[in-house]
Amino acid sequence: MTVWEYAPAPESRDIANLKPSYRMFVDGQFADGTGEPLKTINPATGEVLAEVGTASTADVDRAVKAARRAYDKVWGRMPGTERAKYLFRIARQIAERARELAVLESLDNGKPIRESRDVDVPTASAHFFYHAGWADKLGYAGYGPDPKPLGVAGQVIPWNFPLLMAAWKIAPALACGNTVVLKPAETTPLTALVLAEICQQADLPPGVVNILPGAGDIGAAVVSHPDVNKVAFTGSTSVGKQIQAALAGSGKKLTLELGGKAANIVFEDAPLDQAVEGIVNGIFFNQGHVCCAGSRLLASESIVDDLLAKLRTRIATLRVGDPLDKNTDVGAINSAEQLAKITELVAAGEDEGAERWTSPCPLPDKGFFFAPTVFANVSQAMRIAREEIFGPVLSVLTFRTPDEAVAKANNTPYGLSAGVWTEKGSRILAITQKLRAGVVWANTFNRFDPTAPFGGYQESGFGREGGRAGLEAYLDV
Amino acid sequence: MAAPSTSTDHALPADLAEVTRDESTLRRFLHGLPGVDQVGAEQRAAVLGTRSIKKASKLWAIDTAISMVDLTTLEGADTHGKVRSLAAKARRPDPDRPDTPQVAAVCVYPDLAAVAVEALAGTSIGVASVATAFPSGRSARSVKLADVADAVASGATEVDMVIDRGAFLSGRYGQVYDEIVEVKAACGDTHLKVILETGELVTYDNARRASWLALLAGGDFIKTSTGKVAPSATLPVTHVMLQAVRDWHDRTGQHRGVKPAGGIRTTKDAIRYLVAVHEVAGPAWLTPKLFRFGASSLLNDLVMQRRTQLDGHYSGPDYVTVD
Repeated sequence: MTVWEYAPAPESRDIANLKPSYRMFVDGQFADGTGEPLKTINPATGEVLAEVGTASTADVDRAVKAARRAYDKVWGRMPGTERAKYLFRIARQIAERARELAVLESLDNGKPIRESRDVDVPTASAHFFYHAGWADKLGYAGYGPDPKPLGVAGQVIPWNFPLLMAAWKIAPALACGNTVVLKPAETTPLTALVLAEICQQADLPPGVVNILPGAGDIGAAVVSHPDVNKVAFTGSTSVGKQIQAALAGSGKKLTLELGGKAANIVFEDAPLDQAVEGIVNGIFFNQGHVCCAGSRLLASESIVDDLLAKLRTRIATLRVGDPLDKNTDVGAINSAEQLAKITELVAAGEDEGAERWTSPCPLPDKGFFFAPTVFANVSQAMRIAREEIFGPVLSVLTFRTPDEAVAKANNTPYGLSAGVWTEKGSRILAITQKLRAGVVWANTFNRFDPTAPFGGYQESGFGREGGRAGLEAYLDV
Repeated sequence: MAAPSTSTDHALPADLAEVTRDESTLRRFLHGLPGVDQVGAEQRAAVLGTRSIKKASKLWAIDTAISMVDLTTLEGADTHGKVRSLAAKARRPDPDRPDTPQVAAVCVYPDLAAVAVEALAGTSIGVASVATAFPSGRSARSVKLADVADAVASGATEVDMVIDRGAFLSGRYGQVYDEIVEVKAACGDTHLKVILETGELVTYDNARRASWLALLAGGDFIKTSTGKVAPSATLPVTHVMLQAVRDWHDRTGQHRGVKPAGGIRTTKDAIRYLVAVHEVAGPAWLTPKLFRFGASSLLNDLVMQRRTQLDGHYSGPDYVTVD
């Protein structure tokens, strides 16, 4: 048989404009932080990319003071029409520097360039464009004729979509008239600091956006600072619980976007080939480092064999490797720590008797990689069906009746997202109403749009981001 | 209903032979195929279209694409001279570079098949003749079968038939099936490509059903379009058809081919199709035996890009022959 090897087609890393060191951004200036500097690495190779200065608690205090000043003197009282101009400018700058940001994101995070180029960066820009449009129309958002901002927002974001999460947090906060102190994840601080540079070039008034790299202790200092009015956190459920406990009684407004264990339900009348694509996109998009990943496949018993056969054939074509190669489908796991967690849970799946299949794809010999893996014959009781793996590992369960599908889908402490695959429109409507999940996709999965509210139930958090509903989190209503 | 061809490589497993027993079982089978979600199918085609094929893999793709071209002329104004010059081009697509592969076949109207056969004598290049009242297929079955007989008698090695879209769209699947079976019988050993004319079938669900219908009836290839109806070949519809031959193989062990035709003009387009062949049907389909391009202007672009790859610079359209 013919073997057609695609020649390597790497995007040039020079485009990332990588600097040897990066610094925190406070009060409109890049400044040396007084925390211990950290080294951020390329998870595809293990090499150090840059040294990043981190903030100390004193720096957090300085940033919050700057944000307060900017809120009181400039941003909080600026008319929406004026705020919108800055947001439009930032949106355009992100779009103009899209290639640079995409390459930098892939270097720092390990995600394939195809995704950072086609999803992360354009969606980040879209969030600024969308919220820029809201800035002067807040009176029409359904929160009264003249809704007021909250003040200073303390925001902490995860490493899975570093730039996109920063955009999700900053754009609505600014559109509503708040100022921001944001802490990017320890392993992926670079694109957020380029976003700071973009804010500076857009002439955003000093103090409106402050970005403080650091570890969890700095995140804790940001959210618990007494002069912060609003806290938004995206990350793990355990940290979310700590934040909620710490904030109890403080009067701060809180939104949390936490973990998930989404069910992707495939009925026997589903468009099978597109369902296969949706399942693949649901769990292998971004190496499965997605809080709304479709990590539990619930397949109708009558089609599970066909579906699994098609799924394995398709997954075997996924190209795992160099994130900068334009033909890579699955990139590197973000950190050694995350790889260890995935490996541990996969071992638990095998121990508990699930049937493991792993793609025979070749893996690079350095860096953190994990081959796409599917567990069949999984039961609800197994750890791989209950715990969030946050990696390229799919658990397959079956159901006989629609009621059983709904019961299994809802049988989780989480409730972030779900998918329904059927050609029958009435079934889509009936099932989605019964699913306890903040986002339900019908005949698609992992599609994001700034106009659509995103958020969870139960241990997946509360509050919405995006859309009209997402504005509520940043308004005094 | 008519029995399908009995040649051994087309023998059907019992469960599939059963579905062509009568009109109602055939209908049930075709309507029981999984649906195609339009948004999802188009999205997949678009994502796969972003594959970046460079260097040696690009040169390989160009040579493979050249070897898969059915070099086509289907105009009322066609002349013997035009067919002969097309045949010359098929033999030597790039006279300055004799190592350039030959194309798979030359595709003409039936009355010109004999001219093409003579001009290609001594080569392994096929002669494909359209037939069955191409392109509309609106004639009595006896006329269509006579058309096929004429093409075969002229020495055509491949016949490109059109299905009765009127019958298909009004749900008379048995009639479409019977006609393909009879054409296949009239072809004998001549290779049969079945044109679905997906531009008139409109939906991907129809394209999938028509694909299975043609495969059940014994078509060696399923082909998207005549090139006379817009839209002709598109990447997503070709995905659906590639998936059909892949599923057919999984079920029967038989390899059947796919031919997108019309509207594929550039090397970039052709490579996108090859990527789809590679990743949707599988590497086994990367051969002119199982994949063809129905095209005319594509060949010159492939030849130009081939030169660009080998010379390191682009020379332009004045350096390839216009026929």
